[in-house]
Amino acid sequence: MGAECKCNCEQDKSLDALFAQNKGNPNGLIVVMAAIQESQGYLPKDYLVKTAEELGVPLSDVYGVATFYAAFSLRPRGRHSVNLCLGTACYVKGAPEVQAMLEKEMGIKAGNTTEDRRFSLDLVRCLGACGIAPVLTVNGEVYPRMSSDKVSEIIAKYE
Amino acid sequence: MNFAELELLRATAKETIKLRLGEEPTDNFKYHVLVCGGTGCISVGCQNTLDAVQKAIENNGLQDTVKLVVTGCMGTCEMGPVITIFPEGYYYCRVQPEDAEEIINSHLKEGKFVERLCYHAPDGTVQARKSDMVFFKKQKRNALRNCGLINQTSLEEYIAMDGFKALSKVLQGMAPQEVVDEVKKSGLRGRGGAGFPTGVKWQFVLDQKADQKYIVCNGDEGDPGAFMDRSVLEDDPYSVVEAMTLGGYAVGANKGFAYIRMEYPRAIDHFNKALCRAREVGLLGNNIMGTDFSFDIEIRVGAGAFVCGEETALLASIEGRRGEPRPRPPFPAVSGLFEKPTVINNVETWASICPIIINGGDWYAPWVPKRAKAPRYSPWPAELKIPVWWKFPWASPCGK
Repeated sequence: MGAECKCNCEQDKSLDALFAQNKGNPNGLIVVMAAIQESQGYLPKDYLVKTAEELGVPLSDVYGVATFYAAFSLRPRGRHSVNLCLGTACYVKGAPEVQAMLEKEMGIKAGNTTEDRRFSLDLVRCLGACGIAPVLTVNGEVYPRMSSDKVSEIIAKYE
Repeated sequence: MNFAELELLRATAKETIKLRLGEEPTDNFKYHVLVCGGTGCISVGCQNTLDAVQKAIENNGLQDTVKLVVTGCMGTCEMGPVITIFPEGYYYCRVQPEDAEEIINSHLKEGKFVERLCYHAPDGTVQARKSDMVFFKKQKRNALRNCGLINQTSLEEYIAMDGFKALSKVLQGMAPQEVVDEVKKSGLRGRGGAGFPTGVKWQFVLDQKADQKYIVCNGDEGDPGAFMDRSVLEDDPYSVVEAMTLGGYAVGANKGFAYIRMEYPRAIDHFNKALCRAREVGLLGNNIMGTDFSFDIEIRVGAGAFVCGEETALLASIEGRRGEPRPRPPFPAVSGLFEKPTVINNVETWASICPIIINGGDWYAPWVPKRAKAPRYSPWPAELKIPVWWKFPWASPCGK
């Protein structure tokens, strides 16, 4: 369609604007934290302290939310985000072998980031693309019908 | 957009899709080439196929007689990229960019379909057209009625397929109680899995006296291998927008939240586009269709917690808290979001509502067996091998 949106829904997504919009409003906590996660790649401590002050939420609650949701990370992430689906369909189609190869090539266990911060490797739940299982995504780009012999070629593409 | 303008737009829009519905077209297009743009097909490279088909159409100078449409999921993700060509509905599977020229030359220029690309059933038969395919013949589609037939984010094509007809019917002369009665009569049950009668849930909320009520759509689909909600949100987002608005009218709410999991970026994108377009033309927001009914919807993106698919956990998450379920009662219908009466229904439930209002509850009821109710679509493995779409009446024997 390509039509420009004219409904004023495009809110200013900058962090300052979000803090201003949600000042004193604990209900905006997840929205603000998602924006921090997106812009910083993780949740730095000083940002969380500021969030707690601005929204009027105890820091312990902020920490509670940060550790509850999988989308939030308290540690810095790698430049490239590698996600391997371990949903049931991918699992039975051979995702564990792909996982083993990824861990071997990167030299880390899943859930971690390489020392040079090149890759973060995570295992995710069903991506809903079972027709092309096993599925690997790198920075959101989808690699269908994965097998362990394709791993080194794919990760070599990302510097 | 008022009622008359909506009908005027519908009449114009209908002309443009007649060919797909098996009617005589009034424009110059002889063929509609539908390329599946569902997530399954995108993941196997339908963009390259689409580009090749577009180029081939242009190279052969067929732009004026062949219409190219990107649609939502056609239902056979394992066979992607999929192309359907109307008027006959020939169904081509695993179409690669290099196949484009052959399709254009043989099918569109000489009128001979390309058998090589048609669906070859395991028993060896060639099921060339959609209407020949046993896979589709056995299905009855309601929630997925528009998927794979119309452009995903086109308001015009949605309206052409009876979109916003239910909402306009309700706003033009149905009392909230009449709407709830119709849903009750249909026997529709919550499609999220628990199967609670939807009409009864709406009645609870309608009966509550409160200064504020809420409508919530549960799009936090997380079960492995399940992608019903994603398909609806990506491929027919207006059906959920319309149904939530209608639900708001029925129970007396003016605000809705659509909670969609972050793992579905395209669903969020398409749903947001649908919200914007609907607001722009006055089908959402203040004074919908010129009446004094106002309703708006906000998207809340999930933050990656499986348990938030549970309704009380989901409501806690919208409120900015840890998504932890709480015991009931009180039920959300009495004390839900921000402790206000709340209707919370699954995406598939919402998508089932509009045809029920248009055709009446009695139309839907016969699909419903005595115990478990209504057709259910499910990404069950076909022949237990291939993950694809099936939509069966509930309680169909699995061996069928």
